[in-house]
Amino acid sequence: MTATIIMIALVLAGIRFMNSPKTAVLGNALGAIGITGAIVLTLLSQGIINRGDLWIAIAVGSALGTVLAAKAVMTKMPQMVALLNGFGGGASLLVALLAVAGIAGFTVDGAEKSGVLIAGGLAIIIGGVTFSGSLVAAGKLDQRIRQTPIILKGHEAISSIVLILLAASLTLLCSAQNIPVLPTVLILTGCSLFFGMVWTIRIGGADMPITISLLNSLSGLAASIAGLTIGNLLLVAIGAIVGAGGIILTGIMCRAMNRSLWEIIISKTPRQTSTPKQPEKKTETRAEPQKKTEKKNPSAILKESQKIIIIPGYGMALSQAQKEVGQLYEKLENAGKDVSFAIHPVAGRMPGHMNVLLAEAGIPYDKLREMDEVNPGFRDTDCVLIVGANDVVNSAARSAEGTPIYGMPVLNADEARNVIVCNKDTQPGYAGVDNPLYEQKDYVTLFLGDAKEKIEQLIEELII
Amino acid sequence: MPMWILLLVFATAALAGYKIISDVPSLLHTPLMSGMNALSGITISGALAATALASGTGSRLLGLAAIILAMINVTGGFLVTHRMLRMFRKEKK
Repeated sequence: MTATIIMIALVLAGIRFMNSPKTAVLGNALGAIGITGAIVLTLLSQGIINRGDLWIAIAVGSALGTVLAAKAVMTKMPQMVALLNGFGGGASLLVALLAVAGIAGFTVDGAEKSGVLIAGGLAIIIGGVTFSGSLVAAGKLDQRIRQTPIILKGHEAISSIVLILLAASLTLLCSAQNIPVLPTVLILTGCSLFFGMVWTIRIGGADMPITISLLNSLSGLAASIAGLTIGNLLLVAIGAIVGAGGIILTGIMCRAMNRSLWEIIISKTPRQTSTPKQPEKKTETRAEPQKKTEKKNPSAILKESQKIIIIPGYGMALSQAQKEVGQLYEKLENAGKDVSFAIHPVAGRMPGHMNVLLAEAGIPYDKLREMDEVNPGFRDTDCVLIVGANDVVNSAARSAEGTPIYGMPVLNADEARNVIVCNKDTQPGYAGVDNPLYEQKDYVTLFLGDAKEKIEQLIEELII
Repeated sequence: MPMWILLLVFATAALAGYKIISDVPSLLHTPLMSGMNALSGITISGALAATALASGTGSRLLGLAAIILAMINVTGGFLVTHRMLRMFRKEKK
C-alpha cells in the first residue's frame, strides 16, 4: 500500500515538474520511474516475478516501443501520439475483457459483482472506442486516410444504432442474472470498436487537436475504469490523473477554436450555410499610415524591419520547413533584429505542435510567445511573416458574423505594418472562410508556394 | 478493495491531476500529452495481474497481447517525450 502511494506521488511530482522546460526532462524521468516501480510492484505483490512469459511480453513491447520512439519524426508527432494512445486503449480493453468475461479468474463476491460488471462494461466501451478511434486518427494524421471528413451513407443512423446497441448490452450486462456473459461482452466489444471508427472517420483534419486531446483523456479513463474492475488502486489513480489532464487540454483547444466539445463528439463539421457578410471595410485603427511604396519584395521588407514576428502554422509542418525557418531566424537575429514567434494554441495538429518543431529547429523557447502575450504587440511590429498559417490569423473571426470562425480568438497579424504571407495558396483554410488579409494589397505581400522553398529563397535573397 | 474506496481515489486523483496539469504552459503541451499518454500505459499493471491469473490458453494469449500493447505505450511514450523535451533550450548553443 505504501509503495503504491509512493508510485502515485512520483507520477504527480513528475507532472508537476513538467511546468517548466528546465525541469521537464526530470519530470518525465520521474513518471517513467513511477511506472517502472508500478510494474515491479505488481510482479512482486502478485507473486509472479518469475513468470517467464510475462517477461518475454514485457521485453517484446519495450523493444517495439523503443524502435517506434527512436524512429519518430517531430513533424509526425501527432500521429505518433495517437498511435501510442490507441495501444494504451487497446490494452485497457483487453484487461477489462479478461476481467468481465471472468476468464482471468478474478474472484468477485456477490455484493461487488454488479459494480465490477458495470465498471468492466464501461472499460470495454471506452477502451474499444479509444483503440479504434486513435488508430483512425493516426491514419488520418499520417494521411493514410483522407483528412477531410468521411461521411458514410446514413452515418447518423449507423452511429445511433451502434450507440443503442452499446447501451442495451451494457444494461443487460449490469442487470446480469442469467444472461450469457460472453456473447454480450463480444457485442459490446464489437460495437465499441465500430463506434470509435465511425466517430473519428468523420472528423476533419483541423479538429484533430481537440480529437487527440479527447482520445488522450479517454485512454486515461479507460485505464482508470479497468482499474475499478479489477480493484487495482494504481490504475484507478494514474488513469484518473491522465483523464483529467486530457480534459484540460481538450477544453483549451475547444476555446481556442471556438468549438464546443459536443460539436466534436457528434462530429459536426463547421460548414458555411451562407456566404459570410463581409466585414465593414478597414475601420480598424492602424498603428501608422502605410508607406505607400511600390511593390517591394519580401526580403527587402524584412531587411528594413526591426521588430519581426513569425507566425507558423500547420503548413510549416506539412512542408517540413522548420529548419529553414530556424535559419532565417538566426540570420535576422544576427543582424540585430528583434525576432519572436507567435504561437496560436491550435496551430498544427495537436496542442503545442509548433513549439516542438521550432525547438527542434534550435529556436530558444523564450522566443516562442503565446497568443495573449503577443497580441497587444502587433501594433508596433514592423513585419509579420506568416508561414503556412491561415485560420489562426483570419481577422474575419473578429468581424464576420455568421461564419464558423466568428468569435474564435486569432492572432492579430493584420495590425502589423507589413505582412508577408508565405502560404501555399490563398484558398480559405479549414474553416472555409476567406481571409481578408489576402485582399489588403497595400501592406500585405503574398509570397506563395511551398513554405520550405519560399523560406530558402528568402534566406538567399536577404543580404544583411 | 471496496468499490467506494476506489471511487474516492478516482475522484481525488482526478482533482489533483487537474490542479497540477493546469499549471503546465502551452509551450510544453505536446510533450505533456505524450508523457501523459505514456502514463496511461499504467494499464500494464492490470495486464500483468490478469495474465497471471488467466487459466485458459486463449485468455493467456489475450493477456500477453495486452502486456505487449501496454509496454509499447509506456516505453514509446516516455522515450519520445524525452526526445522532445531535450530539444527545448533557452539560448543558442
